[in-house]
Amino acid sequence: MSKSSTAEMSLFEPKILQAAILQAFAKLDPRSLVRNPVMFVTALVSVLATILAARESATGGPNAFIAIQIALWLWFTVLFANFAEAVAEGRGKARADAFRATKTSARAKLLVEAARRDLWQYKDINGVAVDDLILVEAGDTIPIDGEVIEGVASVDESAITGESAPVIRESGGDRSSVTGGTRLVSDWLVLRVTASQGETFLDRMIALVEGAKRQKTPNEIALDILLAGLTLVFLVVVVTLPAFASWSGTEIPVIYLAALFVTLIPTTIGGLLSAIGIAGMDRLVKANVVAKSGRAVEAAGDIDVLLLDKTGTITFGNRMADAFEPVPGVGERALAEAALLASLADDTPEGKSIVDLAGRKFGLAQTDRDGMTFVPFTAQTRMSGVDLADGTSIRKGASDAIIRLAGAGADPALDAIIRKIAMSGGTPLVVARDGSILGVVHLKDIIKPGIRERFAELRRMGIRTVMITGDNPLTAAAIAAEAGVDDFLAEATPERKLELIRKEQAEGRLVAMCGDGSNDAPALAQADVGVAMNSGTAAAKEAGNLIDLDSDPTKLIEIVLVGKQLLISRGALTTFSIANDVAKYFAILPALFVTAYPGLAVLDIMGLGTPQSAILSAIIFNALVIVALIPIALKGVAYIPTSASALLSRNLAIYGLGGLIVPFIGIKVIDLVVDLLRLA
Amino acid sequence: MTTDLIQAAVYAALLIALAVPLGLYMARVFAGEVTFLAPVERAVLATAGIRQDEGQHWTRYALSLIAFNAAGFALLFLILRFQHLLPLNPQGFDGVPAHLAFNTAISFVTNTNWQSYGGETTLSHFSQMLGLTTQNFVSAASGMAVAAAVARGFAGRQTRTIGNFWNDLVRAVLYILLPIAILLAVVFVMLGMPQTLAASITATTLEGGQQTLALGPVASQAAIKQLGTNGGGFFNVNSAHPFENPTAISNLLSMLAILAIPVGFCFAYGRMVGDRRQGTALFAAMGVMLVIAFIALYAAERAGNPLHAGLVSPTAGNMEGKEVRFGLVGSVLWAVTTTAASNGSVNAMHDSLTPLGGLVAMLNIQLGEIVYGGVGVGLTGMLLFVVLTVFLAGLMVGRTPEYLGKKIEAREVKLAALTLLVMPIGVLAFSALAVAFGAAQASVQDAGPHGLSELLYAYSSATGNNGSAFAGFNANVPYHNTFLGIAMLLGRFGYIIPILAIAGSLATKRAAPPSAGTFPTHGTVFVVLLVVTILIVGALTFLPVLALGPIAEQVSALAGRTF
Repeated sequence: MSKSSTAEMSLFEPKILQAAILQAFAKLDPRSLVRNPVMFVTALVSVLATILAARESATGGPNAFIAIQIALWLWFTVLFANFAEAVAEGRGKARADAFRATKTSARAKLLVEAARRDLWQYKDINGVAVDDLILVEAGDTIPIDGEVIEGVASVDESAITGESAPVIRESGGDRSSVTGGTRLVSDWLVLRVTASQGETFLDRMIALVEGAKRQKTPNEIALDILLAGLTLVFLVVVVTLPAFASWSGTEIPVIYLAALFVTLIPTTIGGLLSAIGIAGMDRLVKANVVAKSGRAVEAAGDIDVLLLDKTGTITFGNRMADAFEPVPGVGERALAEAALLASLADDTPEGKSIVDLAGRKFGLAQTDRDGMTFVPFTAQTRMSGVDLADGTSIRKGASDAIIRLAGAGADPALDAIIRKIAMSGGTPLVVARDGSILGVVHLKDIIKPGIRERFAELRRMGIRTVMITGDNPLTAAAIAAEAGVDDFLAEATPERKLELIRKEQAEGRLVAMCGDGSNDAPALAQADVGVAMNSGTAAAKEAGNLIDLDSDPTKLIEIVLVGKQLLISRGALTTFSIANDVAKYFAILPALFVTAYPGLAVLDIMGLGTPQSAILSAIIFNALVIVALIPIALKGVAYIPTSASALLSRNLAIYGLGGLIVPFIGIKVIDLVVDLLRLA
Repeated sequence: MTTDLIQAAVYAALLIALAVPLGLYMARVFAGEVTFLAPVERAVLATAGIRQDEGQHWTRYALSLIAFNAAGFALLFLILRFQHLLPLNPQGFDGVPAHLAFNTAISFVTNTNWQSYGGETTLSHFSQMLGLTTQNFVSAASGMAVAAAVARGFAGRQTRTIGNFWNDLVRAVLYILLPIAILLAVVFVMLGMPQTLAASITATTLEGGQQTLALGPVASQAAIKQLGTNGGGFFNVNSAHPFENPTAISNLLSMLAILAIPVGFCFAYGRMVGDRRQGTALFAAMGVMLVIAFIALYAAERAGNPLHAGLVSPTAGNMEGKEVRFGLVGSVLWAVTTTAASNGSVNAMHDSLTPLGGLVAMLNIQLGEIVYGGVGVGLTGMLLFVVLTVFLAGLMVGRTPEYLGKKIEAREVKLAALTLLVMPIGVLAFSALAVAFGAAQASVQDAGPHGLSELLYAYSSATGNNGSAFAGFNANVPYHNTFLGIAMLLGRFGYIIPILAIAGSLATKRAAPPSAGTFPTHGTVFVVLLVVTILIVGALTFLPVLALGPIAEQVSALAGRTF
């Protein structure tokens, strides 16, 4: 499997960084700043500080040099925040450009008459409307999203999925939708257009990764409000300070108050908040998942219950031969030989697995097919087999069909074998030679390797997994136990699936599921997180709020992790940002008040050089920490699947305690440098 | 020192022993399971035309509360203004001036009981008993009603209503405050407190001088002032007066009465939300802060005034402004409980605490009166911090933050963040205004940082609805009466309305059953986190001004500098 090269973008691509530096200045536009209240306020204070610094220099005041530096670093604070956002956006843009490159064809072959495939005319893609019928032929790039209404063709979807092997698209069924930008490798298709130009899948994806239409997610909005609230609190604290200082017979230069204010308000998280959001979406795109809204990504982190289809997700989807169970009086080897012969021409995965198992167990192999007449499987006979040159006939098939063929009476030994296999969730395949039953091949659903561990991991995270299967409860229970899911829904129908989702939701749980068929659509729409397979029908893709381009149902687990990581990154950096304030107080307060009360020097526990250097160091630290945290914002805080309490303790230790300690060290180091360079 | 700590430990043990059963009893009262006075309850509600147990949406609940308090304010204001026309005025006091009546009426309606007036020299028995004592009961009951409604809202399952204010109010008075207050008043009388409608008497002292001994219905008011975290005393010097706090036993009983209901509410809450661990966690978080405050204040007073080092016996500690009857620990414990609980009654002069001791008392108030806090509202104030803490740290477990299974979303965060502004505005902005207008300079007794502390304490006490006075601050002038009044309103309704709104919003939400992925809001990690969040938010807000006030005073005293 080859993935598109954009997935392997390094964290700091020089090209992106250069563009981001320019963007950082462009983003000083008040209209863009106002989207972020904390940074908007910081910019306003920077303007004020610049005016103060200019006045101080013009009048030759004693604080001119320090005032200019403070003003400068305030601007850097804003610019660094802009830069963080621009880097995140830049990474998205690079991906968007790759997608855009696939949008080459500007014309569509519009059918003039619905019934006639040979009558078409070129039409500009912008003029094509939803529900128009278009023709795509081998070698064409599919111009726009559509649903196949006629024809079968192989389509190269590598432009979107990165998967190089072409896939089959055909009318009807669950593989009927095609995406604009993919290429027809063979045959032809008649499509009904499902999205107009500008709203196609590819367009949505481009908008998403560019962050152009990025809407704040619910938690982001709530966090923004909290940060605005804290900013207001600190505004009151700083604005009232001159009155209290005057009481104490001292005066604090306004530029110092400006510095104090900006160091106190949560600039660190304020500056990185949108970068975290954009990077979260980017991680999702990297996993080849398209979210229709940011809300869905966040909801993925909240999931309590995962509904997973058995076939394709938990098991390989094909039954495989697992054991030969001969009836008494027949050797296992004889049974294996017969089964092998009967399966030689059987190209189904089951057939191949029998050949394979016989080879592995008894070293049997048969290449010589001379004189053999193969009897294919039909729905009527429900068996297949071979007639050998010597007239021997071997059949394998459903137990009742073979038993009827053999015409024998009830055989308790055979019944016991069949029942045992059925009880364990397997499928019995009975083999007979010349009308006498030799034994049973045990066909088994093979659980994907590693999936059991995955479920245990999810359980630790507090997520319950429910297996959905059409099997009977007995089989379902056996597979559920083997795969380690928490629960299962057997004999599932779309209605029962929907019912299950509603029941879980009524109990307050958030449910995620994935699906591809049209009959999955209601459940996908009902689920809090519905992941539609890109190979699925248009109805399913419309109903889901996430689309997996790789059509890999296990991706749901990935999506949950991305959602959680997004929330954790925000929480961790917010905690870090607020914890930082403690050290800043110990740097700035003694500096401001030490002239009024020399004894307050005891608060200067860092032993900073001078009051001026203390203030300057705090504001420099405040600006630089944004840059230092950009990698964490972009990559996301490391997520270890574990219980909430363990996670909380770990993140509190790193980001809470770290947030308290790091600035003490950082400010001290910067102060030493400031003193060394005689900046203050 | 050992005996001091044993006294504190005995107090704590008695407090818990009282509060746990009381809390569970209160939960039953607000659930309507206690019915021994049902006929009275029905009669009261029927007279007022209230239909029993009719659920109210949070807005109607809040409006009922505001209407009731507004009516209470109007009534009290009129009583005070026209007390000279009313009976039971043996001293013949004149009507109270408008600004003082405004301030006092707000003060008692908001459960602050800030005393701009001198009780025994300004107010008639009618004003004290029918005016103030009535509000002592109903303002406390209002706060308790809020807590009951909030607990219901937090526990509610997709419901629009959070209970009925009138029902809660009547139940709080009838089943909780009245019975305990009557019992306590009787005990107080037995311990020697006056309970009479007679006028003051004039006595001839041993030296032959004349002394006026103010008398009145002291015991009844002292009982409810402690129980309802009111704190407004009969006498100006409050519980430092031998008639209002005659013995060590009355001192102990008073301190128990101050915290019994606020502590009990933690346990009531746990029961009302159906998870006792949640209540215990809140109890523990508040307890940790109370113990820290006690240790800090005790250490500061024990260390004494650095300026007097060597002049007084080092074992005595700082005894200035304290009653020898209660000793250092009796005064320190009281100072901690009264400031932590938004009670405001005092048995020692907080103005005379050491600078750092005063800082602890002040910070207790400035944190928002949540270390047990006022009856009912202490719990709800703490829940606002719980909402903020859960939101901040809850994100770190990778889920939309939840409390009791309910998602904390933009609406809740907005309302909780709004309440973060109450203390900064009431304390910092109003104090700064007073400095800017020169009103502070005119009212403050001391120069330098101590004067600033006096000013800050007054506005902290008003905004925190505490009511205790630092002294050394003449609040009884039109400017301060007005602004302190506004600060009290802000500190009362600025918390109550948002938390009711949050409760109303949470009541409508689905509650997700807990799983391994749920943020645990009980247990040590959460308790520590909650305490640290509160301390950091409080410290970040008030450290600058505390540095200029008490901290500056302390470091200056250490350097031998006075003002």
